[in-house]
Amino acid sequence: MNYSDVSIAQSAIAPFLSLDGVRKTYPGVVALDGFSMEVRPGEVIGLVGENGAGKSTLMKILGGVTRPDTGTITVDGVAHDGLTVEASIGSGIAFVHQELNLFENLDVAANIFFGREPLKAGPLKLVDRSKLREMVAPLLKRVGANFSADAPVASLSLAQQQMVEIAKALSIKARLVILDEPTSSLPIAETEKLLDVIKALKAEAISVIFISHRLHEVERVADRVVVLRDGMLAGTLPKNQINHDQMVKLMIGRMLKERERVSDSAHAPGGTALSARAVRTSAYPERPVDLDVRHGEILGFAGLVGSGRTELARVLFGIDERFGGSVTLDGKTLKLGSAADAVASGIFLVPEDRKLTGILLDLSIAENISLPNLPAHAKHQLVSTSAEIATAEKQKSNLGIKAPSVATRTGTLSGGNQQKVVLAKWLAMNPKVMILDEPTRGIDIGAKAEIYGLMRALADAGVAVLMISSDMEEVIGVSDRIAVMHEGQISGILEKDDFSQENVLRLAVGKKPLPAQAVGGAQ
Amino acid sequence: MSKKDLGLLVLILVVGAVVTAINPRFLLPINLANTSNLIGLFGILSIGQAFVIITGGIELSVGSVVALLGTLFIDFIAVRELDWPLAFVLIIALGAIIGLVHGWLITRLKLQPFVVTLCGLLIYRGVARFYTADGTAGFAFGQNFPDLEFLTAGRSYGVPNSFIALIIIAIVMWVVLHRSVFGRYLYAIGKNEEAAKYSGIRTGRIVMAAYVICGVLTALSAIYFAMYTRSISPASHGQFYELYAIAAAVLGGFSLRGGEGSLIGVILGTVLLQELQNLVNLLGIPSSLNFAVMGGVILIGVLVDQQWGVFRARRQMIDATRRNVAGAPAE
Repeated sequence: MNYSDVSIAQSAIAPFLSLDGVRKTYPGVVALDGFSMEVRPGEVIGLVGENGAGKSTLMKILGGVTRPDTGTITVDGVAHDGLTVEASIGSGIAFVHQELNLFENLDVAANIFFGREPLKAGPLKLVDRSKLREMVAPLLKRVGANFSADAPVASLSLAQQQMVEIAKALSIKARLVILDEPTSSLPIAETEKLLDVIKALKAEAISVIFISHRLHEVERVADRVVVLRDGMLAGTLPKNQINHDQMVKLMIGRMLKERERVSDSAHAPGGTALSARAVRTSAYPERPVDLDVRHGEILGFAGLVGSGRTELARVLFGIDERFGGSVTLDGKTLKLGSAADAVASGIFLVPEDRKLTGILLDLSIAENISLPNLPAHAKHQLVSTSAEIATAEKQKSNLGIKAPSVATRTGTLSGGNQQKVVLAKWLAMNPKVMILDEPTRGIDIGAKAEIYGLMRALADAGVAVLMISSDMEEVIGVSDRIAVMHEGQISGILEKDDFSQENVLRLAVGKKPLPAQAVGGAQ
Repeated sequence: MSKKDLGLLVLILVVGAVVTAINPRFLLPINLANTSNLIGLFGILSIGQAFVIITGGIELSVGSVVALLGTLFIDFIAVRELDWPLAFVLIIALGAIIGLVHGWLITRLKLQPFVVTLCGLLIYRGVARFYTADGTAGFAFGQNFPDLEFLTAGRSYGVPNSFIALIIIAIVMWVVLHRSVFGRYLYAIGKNEEAAKYSGIRTGRIVMAAYVICGVLTALSAIYFAMYTRSISPASHGQFYELYAIAAAVLGGFSLRGGEGSLIGVILGTVLLQELQNLVNLLGIPSSLNFAVMGGVILIGVLVDQQWGVFRARRQMIDATRRNVAGAPAE
């Protein structure tokens, strides 16, 4: 093996998995080009790369869903030309996907042993529930679960559901667990739990491949980082060289100063634009919330998932019912009975779930962009296609949406470009307040930077921007002020001088922020 | 015209040619006139159904509505002796109210369309039977309504006026569905109602409007059917008509999930269904097999359409791979 960075002591242990010269082409694209890597028992590999770098293809090959064109996959000393799904599972490779594959209507135990339930004797083949519970208990203990085996999966948080997936992986005696973007939808505290679980797996000599866009998490948990770029190995970093800048450099082939403040406002913020007073939401109907967003600022909205941020955003956008309280825009009280009311007043939402609520995947770029403002693209109630295309073309070039034409179905675009379409439809309508819920989730670094730039440009044009984000670097790097929510209430608002990961985290769990002097060293 | 519609048109012509070859009476003016009359009646019904299906909904009560409103219409003009234009307006208004109630239950009270309209199917049929005391609604001997009869059951230049009515309605509804803001909203809601709502569309109102359109067109066709049969026994009149309408839409390329289908498609679907009915009669197939023939053709049609889609996708992939391989040595 030609890994110069592998110490002699480590290479003495036989790798559990090694890939050698793996190449995979799809019609028109080379997805993987002579890629090699290896994973040793108990090793945590951080696998990073921009979207389209070849990570998904690599996962498909390891899962046995697709075969490489050339190259060798050696699992546990046995060489294969390609794996089948059965061979992959049989050799102890388990996946935990970003989109979880759980049956929400079943309980934890039923999910973990789905299709492999212990049966009672007799012709009826009834499930032996007590034995099932016995089998599940130790698995849950190993992942540090704080929920019971008969809890319905629907009642669990996202992190807890991921633990169920990991327990499922352990139940098939997994020797390699591949976590695909596991933290992208997790809040800070739950991410910690997941990272703990990874350490526990490592302690049992189970290997982990950890795929993430959140580089600081990779930094914390990985023993070695493998960077993919354009289907090729861009480089590997040994433990002592793993740092944010090195990874980014390898990922994009140059240095990007993402850690610094992404954008700063050109001028002081204006007066209050959107003002919520004693607003109560379905998540915490007993807790009234006050929140002000000013013209020309980006207000970061941090907090744990489930703290009620998304629900508040949905109330401000008129999608959810408001349980009391009032909302004013520039001093005028709003009705907000529906999203249509919010849109009419210039309050727009870029929702959390792009594919389900942000855009219509089956419609073209132009049709998506004109949809909220269709009457303006119509004469006598008849849609003018040329007006639609004109608007869409303008937005396409302004935002740099990469697509063959504005007639392209949005379902075929990358995540970043889809998000730009969501933004484009609102930018075409002169927003007064723009609410963005996790605007860069699942989007690669290049597109992220563009979206930050757009948000800043909006704020500089006097728009009040409210950005919900669970990505700490993003919240601190982009916001002008940060509001933190804890269990349905605003636990604090940080001005720029008080920005620090620690302060945000303390507020998110309901503690007081540290005084300004003490923070200096912590950041 | 989409490729799908074109395929359906070709199928209609081929079936027509085959039937003609076996029994030339197919092309007799009297047969064509009768068939196009039925196409007119069922076409109006099916367009209404199409507007509901495009939103991802379904309207199962249309057959019963045809029975109830047809009964009421004949009762209004024959027994209660209302002026027929007034009765006409009343029936259309009743159709709109039925649609509005269905739409309201579905969008405001969040009941499932299948459940709401299934209950409608039972309720309206029962009411119609009760209204006539399970008898028959019909005209007394010598009762005539020349203008009304001309407009509904008459002919212009040999073409049934019901068919002409269908053409006019189809043109108007084509513009509404394929060119108007409302039509775009319907498609958007059918594709993804949540996303449409997040784009600021008042989806509830739009869906409700679709049910009202369906109710109005069903009421209109109820009048046409009433004037065509001239006597109605509510126990059987209009039975299964909702299924004719749904079948026409499905044959015409509509997806029951919503968001897919064209107005030309549903018209062609209606034409094919009536052609099949005619075929059963003309070819001497026992009329008891009527439904079986229809069901079989719809099944084959949907199957061919779906398999064709799979085949085309595979072909495209093979072609792309071949191009890729051909280009590979250059690397």
